[in-house]
Amino acid sequence: MTARRILLTAAAATLSAVPALAAGDVGQLEKQPINLSAIGMFIAFVVMTLGITYWAASRTRSTSDFYTAGGGISGFQNGLAIAGDYMSAATLLGLSSLVFAKGYDGFVYTISFFVGWPIILFLLAERLRNLGHFTFADIASYRLDQGKIRTFAAIGSLTVVCFYLIVQMVGAGQLIKLLFGLDYNVAVIVVGVLMVVYVTFGGMIATTWVQIIKAVLLLGAGVILAFLALSRFGFSLEAIAKSAIASHKDGVKIMGPGTLLADPVSAVSLSLGLLFGTAALPHIMMRFFTVPNAREARKSVFYASGFIGFFFLIVCVLGMAAITIVGTDPQFFEGGKVGGKLIGGGNMPVMHLAKALGGDLFLGFLSAVAFATILAVVSGLALAGASAIAHDLYARVIRKGEATEREEMRVSKIASLVLGVLAVVLGIAFEKQNVAFLVGLTFGVAASVNFPVLILSMYWKGLTTRGALAGGIAGLISAVTLVILSNAVWVVVLNNPKPIFPYEQPALFSMTLAFLVTIIVSKLDSSASARAERDAFEDQFVRSQTGIGAAAAAKH
Amino acid sequence: MHSPANNPVYERVRRNPKFQELVRQRSRLALILSVIVLVGYYSFMMVVAFAPDLLHKPMSDDSVLSVGFPIGAGIIILSWLLTGVYSHFANGRFQDLTDEITRETLQ
Repeated sequence: MTARRILLTAAAATLSAVPALAAGDVGQLEKQPINLSAIGMFIAFVVMTLGITYWAASRTRSTSDFYTAGGGISGFQNGLAIAGDYMSAATLLGLSSLVFAKGYDGFVYTISFFVGWPIILFLLAERLRNLGHFTFADIASYRLDQGKIRTFAAIGSLTVVCFYLIVQMVGAGQLIKLLFGLDYNVAVIVVGVLMVVYVTFGGMIATTWVQIIKAVLLLGAGVILAFLALSRFGFSLEAIAKSAIASHKDGVKIMGPGTLLADPVSAVSLSLGLLFGTAALPHIMMRFFTVPNAREARKSVFYASGFIGFFFLIVCVLGMAAITIVGTDPQFFEGGKVGGKLIGGGNMPVMHLAKALGGDLFLGFLSAVAFATILAVVSGLALAGASAIAHDLYARVIRKGEATEREEMRVSKIASLVLGVLAVVLGIAFEKQNVAFLVGLTFGVAASVNFPVLILSMYWKGLTTRGALAGGIAGLISAVTLVILSNAVWVVVLNNPKPIFPYEQPALFSMTLAFLVTIIVSKLDSSASARAERDAFEDQFVRSQTGIGAAAAAKH
Repeated sequence: MHSPANNPVYERVRRNPKFQELVRQRSRLALILSVIVLVGYYSFMMVVAFAPDLLHKPMSDDSVLSVGFPIGAGIIILSWLLTGVYSHFANGRFQDLTDEITRETLQ
């Protein structure tokens, strides 16, 4: 595994991007024999979640039920659902394989993926809840031009949703081919169909519960696996470390930072992209509108970060234990050559660990959880995309708020169906492509297009429509250009010898540019509408701080 | 959703000294906690990039685990505890203050 590939894996991990795994590492895999216990357990999950969808369908009557579960999710439940969005198959596979391959460096990445959460709580959570209604565009366009900014924000959301859906679909197909022994196309279609069923019938209620169940399963599987792994070493971390040093080719070097983060610019750009990209992902922001008030929104982040932190620490223990248990066992290497290529690729250590410690049955369980994870994430994405289309573009921009509830619901269901078909078609079309660049693009666009307008609209009085548009376009163009010039596209896709842009994540540059352009253009904007927008900040500020007006808004 | 500028309700809130107090105190708390997390994390990253040997030191003479592990785990656990600190104050004292302001305003 090269360092670059590990970086990609890591980037993917944050976002529940199983796909980068697929892209970077899993690649074109041999189909494995059909794994019946895994399929059986997955079917049990599907039956249960379809039951929930049936129940949720009877409670999904209004657009508010559909987009935000009527704001009726508690802080604890929402915390689990947010944790579910963040702890994915890719976190489990990607971060544990990073620790497996690089020791302490993997742990440093894990920490980098975590520290964004407290910042989201301190700076964003309550304002998101107090100002938002159904979508992030509600906040961005709160005091700016409804037509222009809402359209732009909705397009920003849809871009992120589409890139990320492709990444997830390709990842799903590859992973399921490997773990379940199912055909790639079958896997992609199964994911697409289930996603559409959950979203169209069960809306946010079903999507949230699918996410909660999956989070509990994933935490449970992680805890059991860690328990089994620790029991091999007399429940001593010291013994795990000693044994890992003896088994790893780098020896005692794995106990401290190595070469992976030697370049601070790269590390900072990646961490900025992950931190602010995550905060501005439409399906994560949407979670803040599902709770009844700011109090529950804060609680959600407290619970979510507790679960995420706990899970991340467990994942690191698993990675360390795998160095000995998987790394010295010939059955997990191609051709039985210890130290050679791992069967299934570099992201598989934790899967092999499950097999070594819990046998085929436990491996089947973990595979089923991995599949469930992908399903839960794509459902959230589809719902976020459907709300951008139905609520922002159709109801607010095209019909200018004149659409009836029934019409808006119908459009949202058609939109989720269309997104499902699109996801399957693109998933199949991209089967043979390396989609790693889409991960960089997803985060780069979220951090450089959505994040600046979001944070400035809440914190800076001077923001105007012109500034927001100019900055957003600058962010979009620079993020896309830098990703094209980076290794993932310039070298891997276009076969040039060296990347022009040497870092994986454009955020440090594209996000900074977006902020600068937004601020400069806003400052130069002396139009009458700009004055009105600045004047409207004071009222927005009161609402963002107190929530006065938010409760009323949520009722209609 | 476009609010008319200077809605009288919001104007009343703005003139309430309790609102000014809420904003000042809660913003200060959010700022202090963010600074702790960001300074802690970025100092750690600078050590990783420029002085990695500091983190390689074993925890004790007969231990192979380096001090880097408890420090890293400490960053995760501390940041999580700080989300607890923020939620405690924001959901307790500051929420009471917010509720008071809302009541006084909508009377």
